Amino acid sequence: MKFGILVNEGPYNHQAADTAYQFAKAAIEKGHEIHRVFFYHDGVNNASKLTEPPQDDRNIVARWSKLAEEHGVDLVVCVAAALRRGIVDENLAAGFRISGLGQLVESGIQADRLVTFGD
Amino acid sequence: MDEESSGTVKKFAFINRKAPYGTIYALESLEVVLISAAFDQDVSLVFADDGVYQLKKGQGTKAVGMKNFSPTYRALEGYDIEKLYVEKESMEARGLTEEDLIVPVEVLTSQEMATLMDEQDVVLSF
Amino acid sequence: MLHIVNKSPSERNAMSSCLRMAKKGSTILLIEDGVYAATKGSVVEKDLKAAMADMQVYALWPDLEARGMQDTVIDGIKQVDYAGFVDLVAENKNVQSWL
Repeated sequence: MKFGILVNEGPYNHQAADTAYQFAKAAIEKGHEIHRVFFYHDGVNNASKLTEPPQDDRNIVARWSKLAEEHGVDLVVCVAAALRRGIVDENLAAGFRISGLGQLVESGIQADRLVTFGD
Repeated sequence: MDEESSGTVKKFAFINRKAPYGTIYALESLEVVLISAAFDQDVSLVFADDGVYQLKKGQGTKAVGMKNFSPTYRALEGYDIEKLYVEKESMEARGLTEEDLIVPVEVLTSQEMATLMDEQDVVLSF
Repeated sequence: MLHIVNKSPSERNAMSSCLRMAKKGSTILLIEDGVYAATKGSVVEKDLKAAMADMQVYALWPDLEARGMQDTVIDGIKQVDYAGFVDLVAENKNVQSWL
């Protein structure tokens, strides 16, 4: 099955990004396809490569990048939400791309299920 | 839009349960709604809980220094987005009536809302 | 339909609203702070038990365990891990998150 994922919260402040990641990982392990992860609202902060958590904490941004690298997951950051919050190509982590909100609607059309994670 | 998505019409519902201005969710939800119009989908907007406050008439944001986006709800008709639903229980619990709202809506009971949501293909909540 | 609730029932109204607007025959999955609703003595225990006559209720055990609430789950609520979460999404024709 093809899943779309929407992440509406930034990393660390809310558990949404963690749950979304665990869900994506479990779905891939079960043989499903993650069609796209779309980052909206403060969720765009998941894409900042300037993120540097303490060494004993999980690296949420790097975890997403690894998922993109190993499983070809399409990580899309909403351009309007990103510009509002200072996320631009210069500080975009590996595996992410900035695009329009149409990518979210398209994911809703193309995926079998779209699951929202947020606050 | 690419080949795969053209021609597919799904039932999309946008569930609005948060008040405007206190957080950005209402405004950014409206931005997705406007974009969805370009994809020719069957779009419904649901207002429940504090989301009903988004439609309150008479919003004036000059003093808070934020953009008043409430007129956009009136412009939705121009985008062929005409299915706006308000949950009756939420509206009444907030001391509001249909006359207090900036646009015409269809008022549904919780049970009717349950049926409407169950019929959707894609439910987006912000 | 799968309803996902991630809010503590004593802090926000997501759980109550979900119970009010979920159709009979629906499935509810409690995750994150939503798992507190699945525990004995929670403010929605009575309502949730009543809803269980018509609905299936699940709670994500990694979230229960993280919060130390794994031993106080209401009888009849099933526990799933992330793989079970994926299965619930796949089994239901649509899904709604009560944010």
